[in-house]
Amino acid sequence: MSKKIGVFVCHCGTNISATVDVEKVAEEAKKNNPGVSYTTTYKYMCSDPGQKLLRDKIKEEGLDGVVVAACSPKMHEHTFRNAAIKTGLNPYHVEISNLREQCSWVHPDKPTGTEKSIDLVRMMTEKTRKDKSLNPIKVPVTKRALVIGGGIAGIQAALDIADGGQEVIMVEREASIGGHMAQLSETFPTLDCSQCIMTPKMVEAAQHENITMHTWSEIESVDGYIGNFDVKIRKKARSVDLDLCTGCSSCWQVCPCKKIKSEFDMGMGNRTAIYIPFPQAIPSKPVIDRENCILFKDARKKNIKPNDSKVCRKCIDACPIAPVKAIDYNQVDEIVEEKVGAIIVATGYKELDDTSLYGEYGGGKYKDVITGLQFERLASASGPTEGAIKRPSDGKEPEIVVFIQCVGSRDPAKGCSYCSKTCCMYTAKHTMLFKHKVHHGHAFVFYIDIRCAGKGYEEFSQRAIEEEGATYLRGRVSRIYKKGEKLVVLGADTLTGSVVEIEADMVVLASAMKAQDDATKIAQAVYIQYDKDKFLSEIHPKLKPVESSSAGIFLAGTCQGPKDIPETVAQAGAAASKVLALLSADELEREPVVAKVDRSPPPVFSTCIGCFYCQKVCPYSAIESEDIKARDGSVIKTVARVNEGLCQGCGLCAATCRSKSVELAGFNDEQIYAEINALEFN
Amino acid sequence: MTEENKFEPRIVAFLCNWCTYAGADLAGTGRKEYQANVRVIKLPCTGGIDPLFLIKAFERGADGILVSGCHPGDCHYNSGNYHARRRWNVYKPLLEFCGINPDRIQFSWISAAEGAKWVETINGVVDTVRALGPFENYQKLNTIGSDTSVSSETG
Repeated sequence: MSKKIGVFVCHCGTNISATVDVEKVAEEAKKNNPGVSYTTTYKYMCSDPGQKLLRDKIKEEGLDGVVVAACSPKMHEHTFRNAAIKTGLNPYHVEISNLREQCSWVHPDKPTGTEKSIDLVRMMTEKTRKDKSLNPIKVPVTKRALVIGGGIAGIQAALDIADGGQEVIMVEREASIGGHMAQLSETFPTLDCSQCIMTPKMVEAAQHENITMHTWSEIESVDGYIGNFDVKIRKKARSVDLDLCTGCSSCWQVCPCKKIKSEFDMGMGNRTAIYIPFPQAIPSKPVIDRENCILFKDARKKNIKPNDSKVCRKCIDACPIAPVKAIDYNQVDEIVEEKVGAIIVATGYKELDDTSLYGEYGGGKYKDVITGLQFERLASASGPTEGAIKRPSDGKEPEIVVFIQCVGSRDPAKGCSYCSKTCCMYTAKHTMLFKHKVHHGHAFVFYIDIRCAGKGYEEFSQRAIEEEGATYLRGRVSRIYKKGEKLVVLGADTLTGSVVEIEADMVVLASAMKAQDDATKIAQAVYIQYDKDKFLSEIHPKLKPVESSSAGIFLAGTCQGPKDIPETVAQAGAAASKVLALLSADELEREPVVAKVDRSPPPVFSTCIGCFYCQKVCPYSAIESEDIKARDGSVIKTVARVNEGLCQGCGLCAATCRSKSVELAGFNDEQIYAEINALEFN
Repeated sequence: MTEENKFEPRIVAFLCNWCTYAGADLAGTGRKEYQANVRVIKLPCTGGIDPLFLIKAFERGADGILVSGCHPGDCHYNSGNYHARRRWNVYKPLLEFCGINPDRIQFSWISAAEGAKWVETINGVVDTVRALGPFENYQKLNTIGSDTSVSSETG
């Protein structure tokens, strides 16, 4: 308990002193308060001389508690606590009374502001009296990172961390890494081929000695805390032994199931049941689609082990690996446990499924109404048409193509109030790709606004309009209907105020970027927040854009919100640098604002009654149970204990505790009651 | 405070550190003026507010209380504000039982970006409580030995 408190009232130039009589505040702080042994005012407490004054007075006056009445603690609490450390005073004996943001700036009447300031300083002085010395909590760090997701964000983050000399474990749920970027044809604003820039990175990640890759795998659970996460990874049964397989292609060439819609080609092309998602896949080793493989279907029907089915064994027969074949029909899921110190979540996005939302655009009924990603596959040299623009219904080359922007985006009625950010650019790119491949064709674009903010972006979209001849119409499309072989697009041109009707051969919807269907599952598994659109939330939109609400867990790429490739790569790099900084320390220091369960001398041992209500309310699973044992090993009582590494200091447990056995350091009951009692309203 | 029209209500606000306290700071940064009747007590999370804190504040002479934290889904501690809301739902009928008009306590969500909402809310609380008049029941309690005719405010 502090006996000699110093109160330092800051003028903040005139920011405080103009509407608060700072001299009077300092004077009143001392009045009738024997605990306050020193008060002063100073023009700028946060300046070097101001901090020196604080340090000098702590030493000269032997202060054991300090109240700085100045700006918000969010501004300079850190500054003044650090100043205290230099004098040997425990920093948690320094408190800030917020006279600027919450008083002088909002109450222009000087007597009123002064009166409130006196109260605020008194309340904080009383709290300070009850302050206890706290020491930063040290936790060891496991020098290994986990990256969830193997798209461009995950790959970039993994490479950056691995190049920094730390081990990375990468988990990708698909059979190959690459994500959406591998699906793209060309990229804006330079029109360089996506595969050409993506595949070298994929190879680099796969071959990097510091990166361990788990494809066809998902996160089962994440436990632990910053520096010490325990991760369980489910390696789904691939039915192919990755160590034995050479990726020779013999198996998928003989597979009789050839009419399965390819997920990678967005349903525009077909694949076999044993397949690699795309030719440049990494690892370039197949997986058996157990839903569609006739052998597995047969085994399920007969309720036998897959290997006992004799319906089709073409792939295993074709496998040239001997003596043990690389294909194993009986393979089962495997759980791998890993310890990591930091986690990057880079789980990406999914394209809006327009079929149920947009009945007016056919709701999936018209084959020639396709999405942006489907168009990417059409235009891609490695796509189902090898880059030729052919419409899905009859394979004819479309001459008139209508592109509709903001499908789902900026449309609260369809559930996405946000802008998907990339569509204006990729639509401009699509019109160019189309024009480059179908010279006599014509592209129409319906848009709400053209949002092309980015280096070289505006010029790119202007190029689409001015040089490549795309017709941009400002307005929405109300309906698409079929007329013979054509699709009639009915829309408005709001700039001329007319109704537009276009007979198109194909329509491309610039579908919104949505959060992954299971984004909330990931968020809950790693205890991080997500927003109303289920995108994962950064802790501060401006100053902490890659940190999640859980310490040690970072975000990269479109799982956090719609963004394009350059932004994704930049964010992945930022997340990687945060991880490298974290892993560079052997031990971490954390704010000691954590809960603590009472421990008393025998015969009480602890006032905790073991109801474990605290455990139920704790958002971090930080409450453990501890057996207090006698010397002979018999359990005297089972009580709660707080894992300091997990505890984030919310105080839920303290408020819930029925026996008042939990206290939150820095905000314990005594301190809060001291503040309340200092109200002196009576 | 002998005349009714001179009554200035005394308001205590229990705010979470991450949203509403920052929102109140933002009101300051934006120089948005509001009534000076409020005294703020900062805690990490509204979920960590013991209901007895509020009773104590009334005992110390508060006429009204504001509890304010992050919006649903935005809690810095994932679910603390939900616990606060649940606790409030249970606590409200108990307040009436204790003879405190529940209108004297307001519960709100104010984010770090809502300086204007803070101003609006705090002015609203002050006005509401001003209309309710001073809360004197607990002050009477202090003199309970001499006067036993303590009546409930809620009837």
